[in-house]
Amino acid sequence: MSQTANPPRRRGSIGDMIFQALATGAGILVLVLLGAIIVSLLIGGLPAFRQFGVGFLTGADWDPVKQVFGSVVPIYGTIITSILALVMAVPIAFGIAFWLTELAPNWLQRPVGIAVELLAAVPSIIYGMWGFFVIVPVMAEYVQPFVIDLLGDAPGIGFLFQGPPFGTGIFTAALILGVMIIPFIAATMRDVFQTVPPVFKESAYGLGCTTWEVMRAIVIPYTRISVMGGIMLGLGRALGETMAVTFVIGNTNRISGSIFGPGNTIASLIALEFPESEAGSLKLASLMALGFMLFVISFIVLAISRMLLRTGART
Amino acid sequence: MQIPSYFTASMLALSLVATPALAQQITGAGATFPAPVYAKWGEAAKAATGLELNYQAIGSGAGQTQIFNRTVDFGASDAPVDSAKLKSANLLQFPAVMGALSAIVNIPGVEIDQLKLSGEIITEMYLGKITKWNDPKIVELNKGVTLPNLAIAPVYRADGSGTTYVWTSYLSTVSPEWKSQVGSGTSVKWVAGNGAKGNDGVAATVRQVKGAIGYVENAYAIQNKLTTTQLRNKAGNFVKPSLASFAAAAENADWKNAPDYAINLIDTQGANSWPIVSATFILLPKDPKDTVRSANVMKFFDWAYKNGADIAKSLEYIALPTAVQDAVRASWKAEIKG
Amino acid sequence: MTGASQTIHASGPARDGKIADRLARKRRFQNHVVQGLCLFATAIGLAFLVLILATLLHLGVKGLSLGVFTTVTKPPGSNGGLLNAILGSLIQTALGTAIGTPIGLLVGTYLAEYSAGSKLGDAVRFVSDVLLSAPSILIGLFVYTLLVTPFGGFSGWAGSVALAVIVIPIVVRTTEDMLRLIPVAMREAAVALGAPKWKSIVFICYRAARDGIATGVLLAIARIAGETAPLLFTSLGNLNWSVDLGKPMASLPVTIYQYAGSPFDDWVQLAWVAALLITFGVLALNVLARIVLRPRS
Repeated sequence: MSQTANPPRRRGSIGDMIFQALATGAGILVLVLLGAIIVSLLIGGLPAFRQFGVGFLTGADWDPVKQVFGSVVPIYGTIITSILALVMAVPIAFGIAFWLTELAPNWLQRPVGIAVELLAAVPSIIYGMWGFFVIVPVMAEYVQPFVIDLLGDAPGIGFLFQGPPFGTGIFTAALILGVMIIPFIAATMRDVFQTVPPVFKESAYGLGCTTWEVMRAIVIPYTRISVMGGIMLGLGRALGETMAVTFVIGNTNRISGSIFGPGNTIASLIALEFPESEAGSLKLASLMALGFMLFVISFIVLAISRMLLRTGART
Repeated sequence: MQIPSYFTASMLALSLVATPALAQQITGAGATFPAPVYAKWGEAAKAATGLELNYQAIGSGAGQTQIFNRTVDFGASDAPVDSAKLKSANLLQFPAVMGALSAIVNIPGVEIDQLKLSGEIITEMYLGKITKWNDPKIVELNKGVTLPNLAIAPVYRADGSGTTYVWTSYLSTVSPEWKSQVGSGTSVKWVAGNGAKGNDGVAATVRQVKGAIGYVENAYAIQNKLTTTQLRNKAGNFVKPSLASFAAAAENADWKNAPDYAINLIDTQGANSWPIVSATFILLPKDPKDTVRSANVMKFFDWAYKNGADIAKSLEYIALPTAVQDAVRASWKAEIKG
Repeated sequence: MTGASQTIHASGPARDGKIADRLARKRRFQNHVVQGLCLFATAIGLAFLVLILATLLHLGVKGLSLGVFTTVTKPPGSNGGLLNAILGSLIQTALGTAIGTPIGLLVGTYLAEYSAGSKLGDAVRFVSDVLLSAPSILIGLFVYTLLVTPFGGFSGWAGSVALAVIVIPIVVRTTEDMLRLIPVAMREAAVALGAPKWKSIVFICYRAARDGIATGVLLAIARIAGETAPLLFTSLGNLNWSVDLGKPMASLPVTIYQYAGSPFDDWVQLAWVAALLITFGVLALNVLARIVLRPRS
């Protein structure tokens, strides 16, 4: 960017105008870009919506041979894996960020911080291959049989943990997703924790607060909105993650009550089926429509989180 | 922020420097199944003819889309495209090479090509009707083999694939019930079992899960020494998967009466025919934008027909019968503008 | 702090002391537990990293050779390398970052500095966050209809643009977050010195937020360096040597995608080498950038 080449006349008002115009223009560009993506998906998916109507949203069938397509299974899979992934990742990411900013000895902060960020540097297809060849056998051999034995017959929640231990499935996918989003959330949290002015923290320490109390009463309230931003970043990646999930989720278009059962997500279904869907087919239209649904889900998730933040800010 | 602009500049410079006109390059995309043999042919043809082939395995459906949109010089598909679509897209379809599928199993104590299976039994496994390896129907075919009381875990390709198309076509051919309940396609609504991604995913799952049965391209089974099985063919004989039994299937097919070369090589006649063989197809515009590139595509496949049989064999594919090659050459001459 | 102090009911100094003592012990204990959990969390995160890297090293190193870097991709059994894929990945990742970063930076700046209370700002923030979760394959498809079909073919440009679209929302999110956290006092100081707003943003705020923004850019690079789906239908891939951005271009992720599931040992081996290269390449870039951007303190 070459703003420096234009020395501002009269207290930089022209420079200001140019810069503001540039920034606003970029904002509008992003708006148009996403609008165009969504519109192109909607147009592409229209034949499916027209053919199945509401049935596309309520149907659990995905039968390419009989040309019947419904979106319930992949939508369910997308939401459940993302939620499970967040449940696993947020506490760990928070722990890492807390440890890095407040607890770690100085000489360890940078190397460990970099190491955690490197988790984000691992390409998603590698997570998929690693998950499939390393995690899945462990899940099949040890984790799932153990948990199924332990909890499979538990009253009330037993159904959550039943089924044959294939190693793949909803839980394994969520685990991989969780690992993938840890660095996104942890890195953002750490960066924002570090921006808390030291004077705030020092005065709290001066009152005799423990590290944890400073974190809870000073750091978290101060940075809450940005922390949510980091979590959104992670959730965003989890919702749309494609390659890693396709390897480990079991890819079955049935809803199974067990978290060890196989499933599918919108993104993985699109990636798996797209290469074999030719232009003009109802299947391709259905995949486009699914992509549109994913945007709708992202919209809803974001809107809810915004609302939560606003109510949180008021009280 | 000077780094990005520096990058752009240097990348631009790089792309300007390295633009020697490669008029002889041809681009194709589609089916994953024949990708290794196309790549190998491409390498050999480059030395012999100067043609440089860039073939990308993006899937048969996507390959069809590309040639409909004319973003590549030729498309490739494992499943033949139906005649009406070929007509509306103004495409010529011809076969390039053939390959076969094998069933693979993981049963303790059972060795490669030891187990004998029939299409009917496999269908019932995938329908969830035969669930144990010591089911009387399986035992009856395998006298002398000790089969354990082990649950059968069918494994299928989770990604849409030509392999699944061929496999489900086979099951549909041998079982009316499969045909009506499930049918054939690059992905279907499976009744029983678990999905895995790609040949490698199916192979790894079968290896991990005791009692599993799956299907892979034969090249994959051979290269990875998977436990393949014998299959009963239409003549009632049990055959092992081998280039000889694949070739037998190809010889016994009725090429002449196949419209647009959409030949069906599933469960053909013949005492030694392997039942799951298929051809893979090339799609070429009849009215090419660029006649030179189109001519180069034909030149390439002409070369491959003439000289590619051994290469195909070395990668576990089967070359087309010479009569079919000649018929394709005649079609090129008659139907492609150039 | 707040809940604890309210529960003490004053009735004699001795009792107060006891309660305070118990309370202090409880607080200390709580603190220790949380600290222990945090250490544990960090250990888990690191363990995953070590596990993944170990797997990559275990499967990838044995395929490393000079030929990987000096030969282009070849058919099975022909001793191919990854030269064209490595170069293609470098070019497209660099170009994608170069296109996406300035846009993302500007959008983030707009959101943090100029959009206060405006509907447009809310809308832009919202769609940018939605864009974060867009599956990359859909972005690839969009760029396909935008740049591939109209121009009649796959190209390195199309691949780079698809990657840039992925970069933008990541940079936007981190830029806005970091700019918002810059203390007002800093801006006021700049204004007091008579600096125009844009100067205070570029020279004060960007500098203060440098680490955070760099983290965002690095996360973005890390993400696009390994992306397969958006390249598959934009730059397609190329088996031959080509650095022409107007033609199909090879890349490491697409090569992995096509080789990993192939029947042939040498291709599968190359896929793991490619995985190793991407991961350690991005890793090296991260470490390097961290050293260059060493904080001032």
